[in-house]
Amino acid sequence: MNHNHAEHQRILVVLPHPDDESFVASGTLSMYIASGAEVTYACLTLGEMGRNMGIPPFANRVTLPAIRKDELAASCLAIGIQDLRMLGFHDKMIEFEDEDLLDSQIMQLLKELTPSLVITFYPGYSVHPDHDATGAAVIRTIDRLPAAERPLVYCSAFASNREQMIGKADVTIDVTEFLANKMASIQAHRTQFQAAELVGNQDLTEEEMRRRFGTEQFWTYRFVESS
Amino acid sequence: MQPILPEDIQFQIDQLANQELYVHLELTTGAYASHLDSTRHPASAFISNAVIRYTQGSISGTGPYRVGLKTTLGWIYAEGLTHIDEMDKDRLILAGHDSQGKLIVALQLSRDKF
Repeated sequence: MNHNHAEHQRILVVLPHPDDESFVASGTLSMYIASGAEVTYACLTLGEMGRNMGIPPFANRVTLPAIRKDELAASCLAIGIQDLRMLGFHDKMIEFEDEDLLDSQIMQLLKELTPSLVITFYPGYSVHPDHDATGAAVIRTIDRLPAAERPLVYCSAFASNREQMIGKADVTIDVTEFLANKMASIQAHRTQFQAAELVGNQDLTEEEMRRRFGTEQFWTYRFVESS
Repeated sequence: MQPILPEDIQFQIDQLANQELYVHLELTTGAYASHLDSTRHPASAFISNAVIRYTQGSISGTGPYRVGLKTTLGWIYAEGLTHIDEMDKDRLILAGHDSQGKLIVALQLSRDKF
């Protein structure tokens, strides 16, 4: 897919955990920001219920929220995100939150920022209950806007059955040019990235970095038109 | 965080007995357990800021450790504890980390709300 990097000048990212932005969209965001885009990242929680505490562990349940707040700010700096909003919801509890409260905060951001592109998780295909609930809240809220006012929505999905259920991603972005930003964003999350399923604690070769982190994929959400 | 020294923990448990305390108790496989390995059954539970009081408590085992607290009406129990926040002198912040370093269990006691 051919990308005109200047096509989106105002982007809203809505994800639940510090470090979701790193793995989902840090390369794509760096690319748009290099072309002059303004990015707002609404991060719903501080990831305070995370299990990774650094290797060896240097954080605990009590100290984790403040540590992850700093990591999040450092990650945004690495990507170039100009506007970080921490919405203050409790980690792991998004699916149990008051939907009206959640939706009204997202609606407020949409009205204030009028983004042309929103990035979030694909509801139902994003593994972590917080991911699915965040994506669902974003889609529900945007669905309430008149069709002409709806921004484009790119969803990230990584459930094993995603292609079987929703087909192949329709947006594939080569972010190799912005790999340095992406790796810096990932590594800003010092309590997290050494986990084996994320980066691990070995230094990666250039080739491994490209292979594992060189592209970002999204599914454009198709809203069903109601009459 | 530092590996648990049972004598230090026992001292702290005794210091916190017979008073109103806030407890955070948690056990978790993490939300990705079955995504990463389909044979695993994801399970987690936590309770935060429950108010309790215990009359008797101890740490046992040879590591990972167990802690049992006899409360006014029942018990609090945690198994698999490996680490303590040694910097926190007023509160008891215990955690268990698995072979990958991830938190799997937490038991925290404090005179003030978490």
